Amino acid sequence: MEYEAVIGLEVHVHLKTKTKAFCGCSTEFGNAPNSQVCPVCLGFPGSLPVLNHLALDYAVKVGLALNCQVQEYTKFDRKHYYYPDLAKNYQISQYDLPLSKDGFLDIYLNGKAKHIRIKRAHLEEDAGKLIHQQDLSLVDFNRAGIPLLEIVTDPDINSPQEAYEYLTNLKSIIEYLDVSDCDMEKGSLRCDANVSVRPKGTSGLGVKAELKNMNSFKGVRDALTYEIERQIKSAHRGEKIVQETRLWDAKSLKTFSMRTKEQAQDYRYFPDPDLPPFIITQEKINEIKNSIPELPKEKCQRFMKEYGLSEYDARILVSNKNNTDYAEECFKAWKDKNKKPVANWLIGPLAGIASSNNIEISEVKISAKDFLELIDLVENKQLISNLTGKTVLEEMVSTGKSPSLIIQEKNLAQISDEGVLEKEIATVIKENAKSVQAYRSGKENALMFLVGQVMKKTNGKANPKVVQEILKRRLTDA
Amino acid sequence: MELYRLTGHELIRKIENKEASSQDILSALTQRIKAIDAKVNAYVRLSGSPEHSLPSLDQTSILRGIPISIKDNICTQDHNTECCSKILEGFRPPYDATVIGKLKNSGALILETKTNMDEFAFGSSTENSCFGPSHNPWDLECVTGGSSGGSAAAVAADEAVWALGSDTGGSIRQPAAFCGVVGLKPTYGRVSRYGLIAFASSLDQIGPITKDVRDCATLMNIISGYDPNDSTSVNVRVPDYTQSLVNDVKGIKIGIPREYFVEGMDEEVKKRVEEAIGQLRALGAVCQEVSLPHTEYAVPVYYIIATAEASSNLARFDGVQYGLRTEAQNIIDMYKKTRDKGFGQEAKRRVILGTFVLSHGYYDAYYLRALKVRTLIKQDFDKVFAEFDCIITPTSPTSAFKIGEKINDPLKMYLSDIYTISVNLAGLAAISIPCGFTKKGLPAGLQILAKPFNEEILFRVAHTYEQNTAWHLQKPTF
Repeated sequence: MEYEAVIGLEVHVHLKTKTKAFCGCSTEFGNAPNSQVCPVCLGFPGSLPVLNHLALDYAVKVGLALNCQVQEYTKFDRKHYYYPDLAKNYQISQYDLPLSKDGFLDIYLNGKAKHIRIKRAHLEEDAGKLIHQQDLSLVDFNRAGIPLLEIVTDPDINSPQEAYEYLTNLKSIIEYLDVSDCDMEKGSLRCDANVSVRPKGTSGLGVKAELKNMNSFKGVRDALTYEIERQIKSAHRGEKIVQETRLWDAKSLKTFSMRTKEQAQDYRYFPDPDLPPFIITQEKINEIKNSIPELPKEKCQRFMKEYGLSEYDARILVSNKNNTDYAEECFKAWKDKNKKPVANWLIGPLAGIASSNNIEISEVKISAKDFLELIDLVENKQLISNLTGKTVLEEMVSTGKSPSLIIQEKNLAQISDEGVLEKEIATVIKENAKSVQAYRSGKENALMFLVGQVMKKTNGKANPKVVQEILKRRLTDA
Repeated sequence: MELYRLTGHELIRKIENKEASSQDILSALTQRIKAIDAKVNAYVRLSGSPEHSLPSLDQTSILRGIPISIKDNICTQDHNTECCSKILEGFRPPYDATVIGKLKNSGALILETKTNMDEFAFGSSTENSCFGPSHNPWDLECVTGGSSGGSAAAVAADEAVWALGSDTGGSIRQPAAFCGVVGLKPTYGRVSRYGLIAFASSLDQIGPITKDVRDCATLMNIISGYDPNDSTSVNVRVPDYTQSLVNDVKGIKIGIPREYFVEGMDEEVKKRVEEAIGQLRALGAVCQEVSLPHTEYAVPVYYIIATAEASSNLARFDGVQYGLRTEAQNIIDMYKKTRDKGFGQEAKRRVILGTFVLSHGYYDAYYLRALKVRTLIKQDFDKVFAEFDCIITPTSPTSAFKIGEKINDPLKMYLSDIYTISVNLAGLAAISIPCGFTKKGLPAGLQILAKPFNEEILFRVAHTYEQNTAWHLQKPTF
């Protein structure tokens, strides 16, 4: 029997407000443990929470961008469980009235669109962090109370790659909204996955496992791949799959059972009496709606239309907010109508250099002006070859110098002067009689060899197009 | 007369007239406490003299350095605040409750020693204190009522000029009635709860316990008002309550709920209350019988809502950050042992009851239903207040009972609050004032209820009654 996977994702993102969700403490990352705490986020007796309305606005913004219905009447509930990083032993969260629900996100895979429904997105507070030492455990409450948005999908995802694409798209949207850093390493984006398998073609839901402890999008994809295979194997063996929570171990690349359903907890949700219900007026919703910038999907359409890009190129360029801004700056400054060379240089050489340095395109420190000058020198002026252009770009990234300066200093300018080239070509023809003979007898390949020889003689500076033309002419004339 | 016998407003005048200093008053009070508190046990952690925190003694500030006694569940910075529970042993809050800040700013001297109470305000007799019961100054074998028994007894025995208590279901009014003093439960949202260690957040209010109505109004002027740190406090203008101290009830419409004068009531208390109503009628008030049909559900509704919230609020007492910790092999055992050792019997009973009503499968049947009935109870009052200025009832169905009499019968104990509970459920304001004595010489209390944010009518009616009677001038003897 063939099986298919059914996956639902729960994503938690830190909203980047300056202060915490229910107190005035800073949300800054990386400071000394317990240096950003007060009686409220420490859950001290007698302290009371006061909502940071900016966190609510940010949450509404994400809800709207994910096409959710934003609820006008929303409230906070207490979710109870005992854990030392949870100061009050309950978390302020939202239960039956999440602030937004019933949205969707469309992803593209192998040229096909896939509709993924968003069940709900709600606001809650983060817990602290346990630090385990040899014989003691310590708690750092700096993170406690940072506003978290929990975004839950319906079980509409059917493969690890779809999950990966969903996460990439979600991150991209949230970055566009500028409401979170979405940095999994810093814990500002976390993802849990519910996964089950079922015989292909059926519509029921199998017994699910909840996967936790994935530290990257790739980790999510790997964990799902492993877990789906594990479940299918046990289904084939006729074993019963138990509902459980499993932890991903990125070292052994396996999932391990943490707890089964029997140990599942009763969270005893009830409305937090310290926080009266909130009304989000239609006016406020409209105001937030109007503040939403152009999102990746719309930007992609516009890039295709305005700059004549292919859908493939446009989608790559809009996937990262900062890269997009850089790309747009380049397109606007590029005088020619044809923007394709710019797109090619962005997606090709520049992206390559960025990724080999483990940074984003936007973090490469070259100005749009220099970048465009380089493209102009290669594509229009043909002062240097494509290959030399890539070398110059690398030099630009490491030294910050302008392309013309680098070309001048390293004497890289391409030789297109026929007079200069004629001499070298004549020598090459003399020295390679065999190849000349071969070409003349119909072996086209031999021409490329001869071009190569000229390039060698000129230290790669000869304009290969011009060399080829002259060679052809000379070899047929004679 | 000895300084400790005087009311707050009389002492203010003494200081204004330079007949006494705040130091004289503190000395007199300290002497008094030393002389009789061994019998009354109104104060806890009293070692020698009541240490105090000095206010910034601005001679023009209203309270002029006059001491005030504080219930053990209201946070005072760097001074033990333990809710008379072992689990908060040694807990010193790093901050002042909002009301404490307001009192200090008005020149009050906050006594460091706190007043006795039922553990976490769970009780109606102050017998559930880890420091032992307080004794009623009118009969040391009787209870003071509770949970603010220490505050009421201290004021009645002239061991305090005035005091703050907290009222969740009658915890200010019932002990005030038992001890023959004045106690006010302000409208929910009138006084900030920030710094009040929560029992049931949707019901708790801080209020004054005083020797007469004028003192009560004086303190209310100081502690009332919106607090941005308490999301449930309400931004409604605070009037000058002393302006309501007029000796006139002509034409005031008073409702007398028939459901409050039924079987089980002490005949003598009933008689005193009826006499008081007769007296108000003679002074020109219009008294008519009214009906509050859902009265019989108040006690069960209260014990569902209050215990549900309490079970949640007390979850934070786990031995991790502060208070008692019992060492154990693992964290779960540490929680269990700490809570087992730290909580008294009544606290455990309420946590278990509250946990039960919030549990999966019981929530709808208990908690949700209780919320609906709470709304009905509130609507009963809305109807009456549409026609009447206030409602008069007994404060408690009996006078003070013997220590030990009801401690093993929680249901009987719970019925002691049968007349005060509805006020908290409906968020109303209510005051208890002395209205005479039983043959055994125990005080009886008259309760006046007003709609939300109409404390003024309470002061007017209570003051008029007080001006035309002398009950408040009688003192217990030792």
